[in-house]
Amino acid sequence: MTNAELIVSLKQIVQPYVQDQEAFAQLSEETNFIDDLKINSANLVDIILDVEDAFDIEIEDDAMDQMLTVKAAIAIIQAKIATP
Amino acid sequence: MTSTEKIISYLPYTPPFLFVDSLEAVTENGARGHYTFPADSFFYQGHFKDYPVTPGVILTETMAQIGVVCLGIFLLGDKLAGADVKIALTSQAVDFYVPVYPGETVTVVSDKLYFRFGKLKCQVEMRNQKNELVCQGTIAGMMKR
Repeated sequence: MTNAELIVSLKQIVQPYVQDQEAFAQLSEETNFIDDLKINSANLVDIILDVEDAFDIEIEDDAMDQMLTVKAAIAIIQAKIATP
Repeated sequence: MTSTEKIISYLPYTPPFLFVDSLEAVTENGARGHYTFPADSFFYQGHFKDYPVTPGVILTETMAQIGVVCLGIFLLGDKLAGADVKIALTSQAVDFYVPVYPGETVTVVSDKLYFRFGKLKCQVEMRNQKNELVCQGTIAGMMKR
């Protein structure tokens, strides 16, 4: 899966939790889920659970602390898909 | 001190905002406990004028303290030893069925939906002494040591 395809999937997962729609419209790899999209930490957990279901992967507890930007999320998902 | 007494001692609340009297059982999958609302509780002075009824937010708080926070303390287990527990309510959706009057004792039962990345989400219900359903819903919070 290309990064561009991944971003499309990720946007669908993230959308219900977004509090700043303007930042969401301009989403890029640099977008920070908490600082830019104003998602709270509890909903960030929901996003990770949705990502696990969508990509059939399991994300470790310590990975969540790194998964704060679109770029970091893509890197973690790509690595997980590559090594099932 | 029994293990359930220990859990109550770790709760970060104190009267007049502690709503747990006893825990009957706490397992990996849920908690069950009780609280009696003292007739002289502070909120009856204003809710309602001349007609004391336990406020829904207090019922929700009671469900959260027994069903979610006590369970979370159990699940955090050894990670908690000697450390303060940091908690925050993050979402709740509760439906109410019958009122709770001053002096009534309620039983709260929770079922864990998931506890991952510090977020504990539970299905929780409260029943009165007649075993009538008082309220039920989902409550989630973040819990860390």
